[in-house]
Amino acid sequence: MRSLKRFLERFRNFAIRRNDERLREEIDHHLALQTAENIRAGLSPAKARRQAKLKFGGVEAMKEEYRAERGLRLIETLAQDVRYALRMLRKSPGFAAIAILTLALGIGANTALFTVVNAVLLNPLPYPHASRLAAIYGTTPGVIHGPITYLNFLDWQRDTRTFSSIAMYRNQDYNLTGRGEAERVSGYMISAGFFSTLGVRPVLGRAFRADDDRVGAAPVVILGGGFWQREFGAAPGIVGKSLVLNGVSYTVAGVIPPSFTFYGQLRDVYTPIGQWNDPSFLDRRIDMSAHAVGRLKSGVTLAQAQADMDGVARNLAAAYPEADKDAGITLVSMKRDMVGNVEPFLLVLLGAVGFLLLIACANVANLLLARSMGRSREFAVRAALGASYARVIRQLLTESILLAGLGGALGLLLAYGGTKAVLDTLPGALPRANEVSLDWRVLLFTLGASLFAGILFGLAPALKTSRVNLQEVLNESGRGSSGARHRLQGVFAAAEVAMALVLLTGAGLMVRSLAALWRVNPGFNPSHAITFDLSLPDSAEATSAGTRARLRLFDQKMRDIPGVEAVSVTLGSRPMIHDSSLPFWIDGQPKPATMQDMHQAMFYLAEAGFQKAMGVTLERGRFISPQDDEHAPVVIDIDGVFARTYFPHENPIGRHIHLALFNVEPEIVGVVGHVKQWGLDADPKSAIEAQFEYPFMQLPEKLMPLAADAVAVVLRTKGDPTAVMDSVRRAVNEIDPREVVYAVQTMDEVVANSFAARRFSMILLGIFAALALVLSCVGIYGVISYLVGQRTHEIGVRMALGAQQRDVMRLVLGHGAKMALVGVAIGIAAALGLTRLMARELFGVSAHDPLTFAGVAFVLIAVALVASYIPARRAMRVDPVIALRCE
Amino acid sequence: MSQKTDVRQGTLALMVLKTLDVLGPLHGYGLARRIEQISGDLLSVNQGTLYPVLLKLEQEGAIASEWGASENNRRARFYRLTRDGRKQLQAETQDWQQTEAIIGRFFELKPEDLP
Repeated sequence: MRSLKRFLERFRNFAIRRNDERLREEIDHHLALQTAENIRAGLSPAKARRQAKLKFGGVEAMKEEYRAERGLRLIETLAQDVRYALRMLRKSPGFAAIAILTLALGIGANTALFTVVNAVLLNPLPYPHASRLAAIYGTTPGVIHGPITYLNFLDWQRDTRTFSSIAMYRNQDYNLTGRGEAERVSGYMISAGFFSTLGVRPVLGRAFRADDDRVGAAPVVILGGGFWQREFGAAPGIVGKSLVLNGVSYTVAGVIPPSFTFYGQLRDVYTPIGQWNDPSFLDRRIDMSAHAVGRLKSGVTLAQAQADMDGVARNLAAAYPEADKDAGITLVSMKRDMVGNVEPFLLVLLGAVGFLLLIACANVANLLLARSMGRSREFAVRAALGASYARVIRQLLTESILLAGLGGALGLLLAYGGTKAVLDTLPGALPRANEVSLDWRVLLFTLGASLFAGILFGLAPALKTSRVNLQEVLNESGRGSSGARHRLQGVFAAAEVAMALVLLTGAGLMVRSLAALWRVNPGFNPSHAITFDLSLPDSAEATSAGTRARLRLFDQKMRDIPGVEAVSVTLGSRPMIHDSSLPFWIDGQPKPATMQDMHQAMFYLAEAGFQKAMGVTLERGRFISPQDDEHAPVVIDIDGVFARTYFPHENPIGRHIHLALFNVEPEIVGVVGHVKQWGLDADPKSAIEAQFEYPFMQLPEKLMPLAADAVAVVLRTKGDPTAVMDSVRRAVNEIDPREVVYAVQTMDEVVANSFAARRFSMILLGIFAALALVLSCVGIYGVISYLVGQRTHEIGVRMALGAQQRDVMRLVLGHGAKMALVGVAIGIAAALGLTRLMARELFGVSAHDPLTFAGVAFVLIAVALVASYIPARRAMRVDPVIALRCE
Repeated sequence: MSQKTDVRQGTLALMVLKTLDVLGPLHGYGLARRIEQISGDLLSVNQGTLYPVLLKLEQEGAIASEWGASENNRRARFYRLTRDGRKQLQAETQDWQQTEAIIGRFFELKPEDLP
């Protein structure tokens, strides 16, 4: 109880900053009385005063004790330490600047990366109870995460026992008309339970109900919040108004929050998928690029749900063998679906950046060590004045933590700016990039990292320096126990080199991967090629003939534009943009019983200009020509893989195949080069590789309406493709102002985007490796420099005994080289183990690629030698006379 | 001349409390002189060491202080015993007496007394 009272009093004293005034008054009063008494006893005033003081005792010591009694000792000494540390740092601004910058780089990089990892991997998705959300894929032989069909979806809804709700969605863009210029809006067709499954409530109006979600119901639309703000100025009375999409009038039923994203994407409008009365959509066998998500019941694990859905799939396979015989269901947790493929490389980067922090700490430790050796006299004096060993250590640690704190604060700023910069320059490289922001967990992490760094690099020098032999140091012979310290510094420097080697190797491997990727032949010529989508307005000429006429007119207009070398409208697959496949069987072989049993091939609807526009090569036979139109017999070009797979030892030209769903038997008239549909780095064994090109105009009558709505276009230009787009848009406007050109991409961009993630990690690793190189260079320079300073005397002796300048140079350089070699050796050993972790990200180069390892080792040794050279030159110029004289 | 002995802080605190108990409120100088006199000049306490002790006792709540006028008409801080301080004094007096009794028995020990 008493000690609590004492503490509270002390706290109060600290808070209101009670000072010495009261004590001084009391002392004065005491001395005055004692002096008066002494005078009464007969002493002279001067002697009386002196006697009084003697009797009183040591004032300063007593004051110390008084203050100690009065104040919160811990905080006051801490404040004292901090003030002292600040003073020391101000006295050596160069050292402070380098140390703080080094730490800022290390801590900043870590914080930046942790921000990303936090937002992408650690944070839950922005929906309530997001851990229960799962993506539901349709699985067929060869395709694990495939689309689903509507009828199957309805049956899953009915039969599932482990999902509390599932919902379906499909990408669908619309032409918005009736509000000024025609505009292309993005959208999803969704089932009624879509928003409730995700846990999203509308901000206005309502979500879809079951009776909206069937054929024949009145068309209703839900607006995305952002679209509502942009297009309607967030008007509150929007519910009930109508919108014309693709020529149909939809009534607005509700608006959802502007912040809602799905798989990181925003959409303008949402329409009920159940109203879609398309026969292909309602066919259980046909893939219409629809997908599903579901919310698990509380307490159900993904494994349990998977078992349940496997059972549902088996039942459906038995009930509908033609459609679902080999169809399965695969569940993936939604978060993993979104971020799973970047998780390994983010973790690799996290490791890399951790290394960087260690290097930074090693550097600063070296700096501190060097500096503290020069302060050994200061410590000796303090020890002589009564400072305890613990107190000195605390002082040194306070300095380190202060440095680390300042470095951390600067690092936080760098992290914030750096993260923004990187995410802005590489959009789309990272899932959930829109959710990346600094939050309290990141700040806590930075704080922790700073503390860790401070203690780490502060401890070693602190422990080394405080055990000081008073006698020896005060006698100015500074060479006592420095041998051990030199070794420690050397160890630090070698460690830095090792870590820099690991980082550089990683970066080097990534660079080579990307270079290898760039060299891969995509099977087409992406330069000077551009692709875009074209949406056609709803009109009376939606007959096949009318559509063909419109497309031919479009082709003509495009060809008239100067600079356009070739043009083709296309549907079906486009490399790295969209994929479509068709089942088929070879003529002359028995027709397989179900479509599941048939072979699949990727198809590209192509006009005569397609092959020129894309730059596809011809291996045999001929390309599609303008004569292959709706009046001529149906023909196709197959690719080399198709030919080798299905006609291994014979000439495919002249043979026929049967195409299901199109129900035609085209003749093969040519073999063309294979196009890398799935990306330059895709594994050829995992996807459908056989391809064929089918003349656009020979699209069967019943399927021609597919082209009435929207087509894709590929163009080859003589000069810069983007420069031509203005003319393209003008020409399109002349044909029909309601047609909209959108989703413009040069094929170069398409190819580059396909490895955006790799480029991202290469850039990051490269930055870290460069930083590591700079830091280890500085580290080695520092160590050798200090060494030379310490051994000036010894060098003088050697020179006096006959050593030449170049012998001295060799001595110093040798020291630097030895450190570098040790570091390189350790680094190679570490890198051999660690690069295996990034093997999945590499392409065309092995994780143990000797060229990269050798190159990096060479660079590091060269850099180390250069860093040692400057102090070596200084050593060379030592004047033996002066060196011998100074101790 | 007899050896003057140093005293520990704890016992100095006890002396302060007892002195204030018997003699009533005193200022710092007065307290120092009274303790000197009572101990019969056998203690060599530096007078200054009193003040940290006074602060400690005050912060514990055993004594309270206030400004007053002293004999040379200057402002001085007068200390007095509080109720808590009186209780503390009683408790510690008891402790001392007990210790004294026990130690006393040991000092009166003669070899013949033990079996």
